[in-house]
Amino acid sequence: MSAADDVPLIRLAGITKTYGEGEVAYQALCGIDLEVNAGEFVAIMGPSGSGKSTAMNILGCLDTPSSGEYLFRGIHVERLGRNQRALLRRHSLGFVFQGFNLLARTSAQENVELPLLYRGEVAPERHAAARRALARVGLNGWETHTPAELSGGQQQRVAIARAIVTQPDVLLADEPTGNLDSKRSHEIMKLLVELNRDQGITILMVTHEPDMADYARRIITFVDGAVASDERRNGKNGASR
Amino acid sequence: MTSVVLSAFLLALREIRRNLMRSFLTVLGIVIGVAAVVTMVTLGNGATRAVSEQISSLGSNLLMVRPGQRLGPGRDSAGAPAFRKADAELLRSQIGGLKEVVPVAGSAVTVVAGNNNWSTTVSGTSNGYLPAGNWQIASGRAFLDDEERAGKAVCIIGATVRRELFGTRNPLGDEIRVKSFACQVVGLLVAKGQGAMGMDQDDTLLMPLATVQRRLTGNQDVSSLMISLHDGADTPAIMARIRSLLRERRKLADNEADNFNVMDTKQIAETLSGTIRTMTGLLGAVAAVSLLVGGIGIMNIMLVSVTERTREIGIRLAIGALEHEVLLQFLIEAVVLSASGGLIGIVLALLACIGLSAVLSMSFLFDPSINLLAFAFSAAIGVIFGYMPAQRAARLDPIEALRHE
Repeated sequence: MSAADDVPLIRLAGITKTYGEGEVAYQALCGIDLEVNAGEFVAIMGPSGSGKSTAMNILGCLDTPSSGEYLFRGIHVERLGRNQRALLRRHSLGFVFQGFNLLARTSAQENVELPLLYRGEVAPERHAAARRALARVGLNGWETHTPAELSGGQQQRVAIARAIVTQPDVLLADEPTGNLDSKRSHEIMKLLVELNRDQGITILMVTHEPDMADYARRIITFVDGAVASDERRNGKNGASR
Repeated sequence: MTSVVLSAFLLALREIRRNLMRSFLTVLGIVIGVAAVVTMVTLGNGATRAVSEQISSLGSNLLMVRPGQRLGPGRDSAGAPAFRKADAELLRSQIGGLKEVVPVAGSAVTVVAGNNNWSTTVSGTSNGYLPAGNWQIASGRAFLDDEERAGKAVCIIGATVRRELFGTRNPLGDEIRVKSFACQVVGLLVAKGQGAMGMDQDDTLLMPLATVQRRLTGNQDVSSLMISLHDGADTPAIMARIRSLLRERRKLADNEADNFNVMDTKQIAETLSGTIRTMTGLLGAVAAVSLLVGGIGIMNIMLVSVTERTREIGIRLAIGALEHEVLLQFLIEAVVLSASGGLIGIVLALLACIGLSAVLSMSFLFDPSINLLAFAFSAAIGVIFGYMPAQRAARLDPIEALRHE
């Protein structure tokens, strides 16, 4: 990641997103400029409808902006096609969702192996990597359990294991603690901080809970589709920057 | 790529097992369609082969001339005069290209040997009957010239008559009683098996023509003429010449209908096998409609499956599955579904064929190509009817799909 020294990992310039056309057009994002460097732990906050989820979808290469530039390690994401963005997600991004989004009736092990499957890795390597990732999130011995047999906190840990098993550059977490009680939420946040600190994974996290945002070293607040504030501070539990 | 295919295959099996009842009902159309096609074609092949065996057992290029008008409803043979032995000699001398002209005088009799008796048909004929009817002598001999001339009490028996009267015992030299006279068995025919209409060809007894005429029927009538032609003979032309010669001899005026009929046995057998082919084709077409309906059933259930699993598709797309990988996954699922239907159908068809060929006493002809074809066709149905749902899955917007409840 030598490129990270001179080129920021993520650079948004004048990003807009408009849904619909004509009279019913709704501008979710109106000109976002943003840079994120490798290794940052960023919390994105803001009220409902402020555009934070839209921004997250664009950052996660799931959606394309209506205008503006999105450079991911110098690559113009807005110019990529659907499949090219899928490949970018496959190789560089990891996702954690509010609703966990694990495959039902599928063991934790198989859920974690899924991204490796699409990378074309052979079975023995998949198994070993998935076990390592599950161990990393503290789920040794739970490999064969299906999501229905796991608690919410454990499910989210499986989801995090799935996100990090490919050793991505960026972990995108959309309200990762939204469905968890306070105790589990803090456990998850501590896990994310550790991953950020120990493995240098850049984390972008959407949350509406100030408690959770406190773990991040940088808090970006969205209001009405624009960045209202962008403050850097010392995160709890020693996030890296 | 291979790991994606393998995992899609395993996933498809898991999904089918999870929805076992639904999957079974879905593939029922394919099962019935494939079973029907394979059964029809297999039985049709068996029937066609039975007919072609019949054709060859008749001997090639065989004509039958009988008194009376042609077979079928309203057949009128009562008033028609029978043939005489002289008719056979006339045809032989007047028409070229005939291999044999064999007069046959038939009579239904009960024959007795020891404590056994058996009802069969006696054909009074000459040695020419054997090559013309494609018969071979298994043991013993044909008639001697003086036996034919003098009408001696000798006979050649078919395999069924031998079994009924003598069991496994050698009948040569033994005597059987036919009506009031005793008749010596001089020969045994090679078994031919069942004929096209299900009759037993081996249930037959041959005697010299003169013997039958003198001792059984008591007249000089010949009930039919068997005419075998040389290979490559112009059958229609010869039939026309036979017809005009017989009309002349029987003194029929121009406005009178024939009081005899000339029948090409090969042609009859060919017509019969043509009919079987048509029936097979027709039933095959009905089965093909069943396959089409089965395919639509698969498409329907795959669409349901895609809707049910929208979230799963969203997850796969989000973590970096390419469009064609998702497409492949659902396509494989559709093919596994339809191909397993095809397999079940083939197994059912084979069971049905084994059962039916026993009931219809027909030979069971396993044809690997139709089974392979039916299997490939059922898999192709999966591809054709699974494509649209799979494409729908592949084209989902990952954001929308993840939000789907």
